[in-house]
Amino acid sequence: MTHFLEFAGIKHYFGAVKAVDGVSLTVKQGEVFSLLGPSGCGKTTLLRICAGFQHPQEGRVILNGVDITELPPEKRKVNTVFQNYALFPHLDVFENIAFGLRIAKRSAVDVRQEVERMLDLTDMTEHARKRVVELSGGQKQRVAIARALVNRPQVLLLDEPLAALDLKLRQRMLVQLDSLHDEVGITFLYVTHDQGEAMSISDTIAVMNRGKVEQTGSPAEIYEAPRSSFVAAFIGDTNFFDGVVKEIDGDYSLVAIEGLGAVRVFNDKQLKVGGAVHLSLRPEKIHLTVAEPPAESSRNISRGEVEEIIYLGSATKYWVRVGDYRLAVNRVHRRFGLDEKPIRWKDLVWLSWHSDDGYMLERYSEADEELLSLPDTETETEPLAVDGDSHE
Amino acid sequence: MKRSLFPGLTLVFCLVFFYLPLAVVVVGSFNDSRFGGDWRGFTLKYYNQLLRDREIRGALENTLVIAFWSTLTCMVLGTMAAFALHRHRSRLQFFHLSLIYSPLVAPEILMGISLLLFFGAVGADLGMTTIYLGHVTFCLSYVAMTVLGRLQDFDFSLIDAARDLGASSWTATRKILLPVIAPGIIAGGLLAFTLSLDDFVVTFFLSGAGSKTLPIYIYSSIKRGSTTKLNALSAILLVVTFLVVIISHFTAGRLDRSEKTKEAKASG
Ligand SMILES: Nc1ncnc2c1ncn2[C@@H]1O[C@H](COP(=O)(O)OP(=O)(O)OP(=O)(O)O)[C@@H](O)[C@H]1O
Ligand SMILES: [Mg+2]
Repeated sequence: MTHFLEFAGIKHYFGAVKAVDGVSLTVKQGEVFSLLGPSGCGKTTLLRICAGFQHPQEGRVILNGVDITELPPEKRKVNTVFQNYALFPHLDVFENIAFGLRIAKRSAVDVRQEVERMLDLTDMTEHARKRVVELSGGQKQRVAIARALVNRPQVLLLDEPLAALDLKLRQRMLVQLDSLHDEVGITFLYVTHDQGEAMSISDTIAVMNRGKVEQTGSPAEIYEAPRSSFVAAFIGDTNFFDGVVKEIDGDYSLVAIEGLGAVRVFNDKQLKVGGAVHLSLRPEKIHLTVAEPPAESSRNISRGEVEEIIYLGSATKYWVRVGDYRLAVNRVHRRFGLDEKPIRWKDLVWLSWHSDDGYMLERYSEADEELLSLPDTETETEPLAVDGDSHE
Repeated sequence: MKRSLFPGLTLVFCLVFFYLPLAVVVVGSFNDSRFGGDWRGFTLKYYNQLLRDREIRGALENTLVIAFWSTLTCMVLGTMAAFALHRHRSRLQFFHLSLIYSPLVAPEILMGISLLLFFGAVGADLGMTTIYLGHVTFCLSYVAMTVLGRLQDFDFSLIDAARDLGASSWTATRKILLPVIAPGIIAGGLLAFTLSLDDFVVTFFLSGAGSKTLPIYIYSSIKRGSTTKLNALSAILLVVTFLVVIISHFTAGRLDRSEKTKEAKASG
């Protein structure tokens, strides 16, 4: 079944705020589908529409071939893991998990069996009789997941389930969540603003921005072929350039970038000579060498001065000044310390990159810039707050 | 290492100031002397007389009936008022809040007079019913305020969670909202009960023939000069009031836990 869960033209405004502004998505059965976007982009609203807490002003929600738009939350075969967990404070762990089964009037034996299975699955058996206030953050999170999963929903909705946890625990829970998904095979609709989280757990990601879906695709697609500069900047680290097309040569064109020079780029879209181009270049696509690389028609080569170095363990990040630009470059060590001389601050280095690695995009708007909290890219390309490849 | 005596002295002074009169009453209730004063030996005869006094028994019954019904009414109406106040915020609700709040600050005598004038205007006969209605007017505020406090701490995403797990709106209210705010309702109810039990001013204005409550009875018998049984009666009232306060103090904490053990038994 390809179209298991479908959002068709969903619109929901809160007064003037366009929380969800015409979203259409299809989720496949059994996959982890992430809604990713900055704060306030409408992820929670869309999730609440799916759960039935909010009735969309326009559009339909279709689950497994059935239009569920008009159903109240209790009639939908979906369950939610709430951001703050929303565990019932007057019940213990066991009773929290059993809640849905008791509402469904399942027999006492059934309830016990199912709850014990969930306790086992989430590794909470020894805490079954604890009160909610006696649990740690990670334990609460597991109870929230168990409480939802025990009802065997067709879709499990998770609203930033890891946001309240500290970094170490977040990473551990992410792994657990992933293996839990493999075990139960239920479709996950996962909301997060953390692109690292989304990249590592999802089969499909929908990047949202101001109530709209900017792009849907696999993590690799979204990272390698962002459809907008917003997506490129939100997913990982990138360098942006503005240029003008000088010459078109088959699939490639020569783009003049003020303050950097002319570069050869693959035509990702229809271009005209004299047209403006916005270009994204990922830091790890740039090859940094001390010696001058051999000239090749397929590679762009420039020379710059190292302005900053950050050692990341598995890689090193450099900021290199080339003309008016400060380029971020990631370099994985391979033969570090053997036949490579270490690169130091203020060293002159060569940068080269393949013509296919630059990616042409629409320039994002001023308003988006604020959401991404980017510095002014006209003058400088600074490292972004979001970090594409260092998610653990 | 000489500590100041001042705090200790203040404490003793306060305790004496507050509790000496009460102690005098309690001791007096066991004193075998007609007019108090000297200690003439231990006796329980006043308690004995008390039990046999039909007038007192009648007054006690009136008091309890009124306290019971006004408490029950206030628990229902007060909880509903608190819900309305919490759920909908508007200009009108601010007015509503002031209305609920004013009996807490308005002088009681004002309440008494206005209620008396009102019942006079509508031509109601004074008696048990008017006292009951009078008590409801001011006890309601206390219940509404305690429940409102509890509601403000309530996380309404719990209701969403319950509905998400298949509970209808009503089931979610019954199984989640009510158990969580129950300590507030009960604390408010106990407060209302004690207030109704010993109210004098409003009751005095609203009581008619055959609707004497204990406080009114005590007042009138002091005026008639017969105080012998009053010490015993006051001692009993004192104990009852203390008990209610202690119960209300402990229920708040206890209730959360008892709910849990009840559910545990149901499942085990
Ligand atoms: N009940 C509401 N009333 C009015 N505006 C709302 C309401 N709920 C959400 N909004 C607005 O709708 C927009 C989208 O909100 P939503 O909660 O869906 O964002 P989000 O993507 O989940 O953000 P976050 O990552 O911060 O949770 C926001 O601008 C928010 O202020
Ligand atoms: Mg949200």
